[in-house]
Amino acid sequence: MSFLPNSDEDIRSMCNEIGVNSVEDLFVDIPSTVKNPDIQLPSPLSEQEAMHSLLRIANTNKRVCSLVGGGIYHHYVPAVVDHLSSRSEFYTAYTPYQPEVSQGTLAAIFEFQTYMCRLTGMDIANASMYDGATALAEAVLMAVRTTRKNNVLCSAAIHPHYRQVLATYAWASDISLQIVPYKNGATDYTELSHIINDTVACVVVQSPNFFGVIEDIEKVAHIAHEHKALCIATFTEAMSLGLLKSPGECGADIACGEGQSFGNYPANGGPLLGILACKKEFMRTIPGRLIGKTVDEDGRECYVMTLQTREQHIRRERATSNICTNEGLCALRATIYLGLVGNRLVELARTNHMAASYCLEQLVNLGYERVFDAPFFNEFVIKINNAKNVQNKLMDNGFALGIPLETYYPELSDCLLVTATECTTKDDIDTLVKLLQTI
Amino acid sequence: MVSTMQTIFSLHKQGRNKYTVPQFGAESYDPIPQHLCRGELNLADVSEVDVVRHYRKLSSLNFGVDNGMYPLGSCTMKYNPKINDAVASLPQFTQQHPATIEELSQGSLHIMYSLQEMLCAITGMKQFTLMPAAGAHGELTSVMIIKKYFETKGEKRNIILIPDSAHGTNPASVAMCGFTVKEIPSNSDGDVDIDALRAAMDDNVAAMMLTCPNTLGLFDRNIMTIADILHSNGALFYCDGANLNAIVGKVRPADLGFDIMHVNLHKTFSTPHGGGGPGSGPIGVVEKLTPFMPVPVIAKKDNQFYLDYERPQSIGRVHSYYGNFLVMLRAYTYIVMLGASGLKQVAEHAVVNANYLRVKLQKHFNLPYTRICMHEFVINDEGMPGGITTNEIAKRLLDYGFHAPTVYFPLIVHGAMMIEPTETEHRDTLDAFVDTMIAIKNEANTNPEVLKAAPHTTPVRKVDALLAARKPVLKWEE
Repeated sequence: MSFLPNSDEDIRSMCNEIGVNSVEDLFVDIPSTVKNPDIQLPSPLSEQEAMHSLLRIANTNKRVCSLVGGGIYHHYVPAVVDHLSSRSEFYTAYTPYQPEVSQGTLAAIFEFQTYMCRLTGMDIANASMYDGATALAEAVLMAVRTTRKNNVLCSAAIHPHYRQVLATYAWASDISLQIVPYKNGATDYTELSHIINDTVACVVVQSPNFFGVIEDIEKVAHIAHEHKALCIATFTEAMSLGLLKSPGECGADIACGEGQSFGNYPANGGPLLGILACKKEFMRTIPGRLIGKTVDEDGRECYVMTLQTREQHIRRERATSNICTNEGLCALRATIYLGLVGNRLVELARTNHMAASYCLEQLVNLGYERVFDAPFFNEFVIKINNAKNVQNKLMDNGFALGIPLETYYPELSDCLLVTATECTTKDDIDTLVKLLQTI
Repeated sequence: MVSTMQTIFSLHKQGRNKYTVPQFGAESYDPIPQHLCRGELNLADVSEVDVVRHYRKLSSLNFGVDNGMYPLGSCTMKYNPKINDAVASLPQFTQQHPATIEELSQGSLHIMYSLQEMLCAITGMKQFTLMPAAGAHGELTSVMIIKKYFETKGEKRNIILIPDSAHGTNPASVAMCGFTVKEIPSNSDGDVDIDALRAAMDDNVAAMMLTCPNTLGLFDRNIMTIADILHSNGALFYCDGANLNAIVGKVRPADLGFDIMHVNLHKTFSTPHGGGGPGSGPIGVVEKLTPFMPVPVIAKKDNQFYLDYERPQSIGRVHSYYGNFLVMLRAYTYIVMLGASGLKQVAEHAVVNANYLRVKLQKHFNLPYTRICMHEFVINDEGMPGGITTNEIAKRLLDYGFHAPTVYFPLIVHGAMMIEPTETEHRDTLDAFVDTMIAIKNEANTNPEVLKAAPHTTPVRKVDALLAARKPVLKWEE
């Protein structure tokens, strides 16, 4: 299959007009010793054959009833989201360099920025980062730039992948990273007060954290500010913003995290939607695209990319970041999703919490141990003797129960991070309980 | 102020929102303490019809590849085959959680593994990772690998060379890893100035980043000499693969002496640009750099695909999970449909189209570098009647139903217009583009006012970018 519209005759006559004898003459600058290599790829396919082959591969993925979250969540995606985001005027455009023919993208992203500000309690949000983990890394780089300090404190209860990505970026930028231990599922605030000093650029905390526990961001912000450090509040479950006090309200300076829960699929972990928002005093140090409101020549309200002197295409090595292509279409999906759900997000978040509460209650009734006695949103940690074995048996019966924490926290053997959302029904949990009784 | 478009927030009316949340059917026994809960949430409450009409209307204000020719240089705005999206919408892929155990996710791992292998075959690199979410993310990951390589060897090298024609992401990525940028000038033919390169070489140089073909659309004729100069000094040679569309199937970057490169799946491999993303920026490396690749690496053993974390020298993790999987799916679909012969034709037709445009436009516009180009070329506004500028030409093109080229880049050409037609435009469209450019030049003589005031027919007229920067309004307020 080919998508080349020119006929052989077109190509011949175009070569003629160019003044070359053959197409090959146009590749004269490539060293002949390495030109036209033999490349081993499977034979070309028709569309029908390709679809058939892809379906065969797709079917080797096995679906189960999933009580798995830990950064990526199963939420229902309303049909409107797929329908509207599939309009090719949106998805076959690129970065809105020409605002006069990009008002669709620009207006939608302006709305996205507004949604993110309202949900996080911040003044400014950018037009998306790659994912939650890199959004956190960029937030930390931003804090280091702003405070001109180089030490970062990071809670041990932050998603381990986020910490790993942060560690990679910190190593590359010569930033020193210190982990603050957790206690009963939350950041050890007393220990944080002991460790912190005036050389610290920022304190990073996640809420709900990797154990599902809702952190006391207000306390962390207070401790950070006493030492002229910034407080960065991150999150992996954006749905929680519908119910919980926003990072801004809690006194955080920068909020960042993952927005996949809003209208984007788990999709084996990507594309995701990085969110980065901050208080207005950091407007000129935030990385990424920003869309601003303005007027056109006739005085009509419209939108345009703005404050671009922060960005790599203008500032080059002195830019606030190297980010160029972001996650625009995922941001559009989130915007459409939030438009549709509106303030019912509160109710939706409450359903998530209810499902998780019921699930925890049922598991505790079976005699399993609730590991952290702390408030949670839609995830919690449960200890099940011989957890690996139990997980495998459940898997044979079509259930994926949680993420084993031992991989990331050796002290938490047999502990599983279990997640329930609005996609988890009471029937699912009751069936799970019956299965567990037979194991 | 006249309002052309409403925001979703201005459509808000209490009681309009009928979105129904499923009821769980059991009470919560573990309430969240009030002091941790938020007050009122002030999102917009609108009906489903409002949402559909609002975003459908917004979509009509946009211009995409499906609307018409989008010759945005170095962005490769080619046609995005629709089967790609159909495959990326299969629930077997979209509903899959990344923490699912490997036995149950063999399909996704199969796609990733095969795509890595195919990219190796196409580029000649030893190993690929698909984790970087965009080209600039691939650059950053690559510079980290370069840093780790020298750190492991115990060498302190702190300079990375970048030609003056490079994309802004190159120096920005370098700076994020603590290296210093040293700029290398281009010569009058548009190639790297070899003497300047030799003069800049010393033990502090870790690598050189080169876009291939470069941002003038030219294939550097000294490329193997550059590779020799770098390698004999122990430095690495990085290929910015943003422009791979020009040479895919025609030459493997590894054969040219490159040690590490990124490719943009959203350019060469036809995945849609999404109004700014998501893209995907996989990187490939030669053998000696494989130990430093980010984790996890997708591997295969006994016919089973798995995630390999046992990489002690790895730079670590660079993404929450494995990168932009649905973008990889689209690129995989494209490559298996085209095969090696189809990919080679992509480059050939892209280069024919660009040279055809170049030759036709050269008669009417200033072309600073006149040699045979690859997939794109650069003209500028020098000699335009009445001092008409690149920006005015770009805006006028919008009136005629074309997207504008990349403008004022590369920086080494004053008033640059970087034109990349791609292989998916046919000759008739290219002829129409040429005719339009000539018509615009005639307007510069006969009716310069219409040019200076362009655009006229677009959803909004010339946008006041200065006002937006001077008085930033970055969110909607009543």
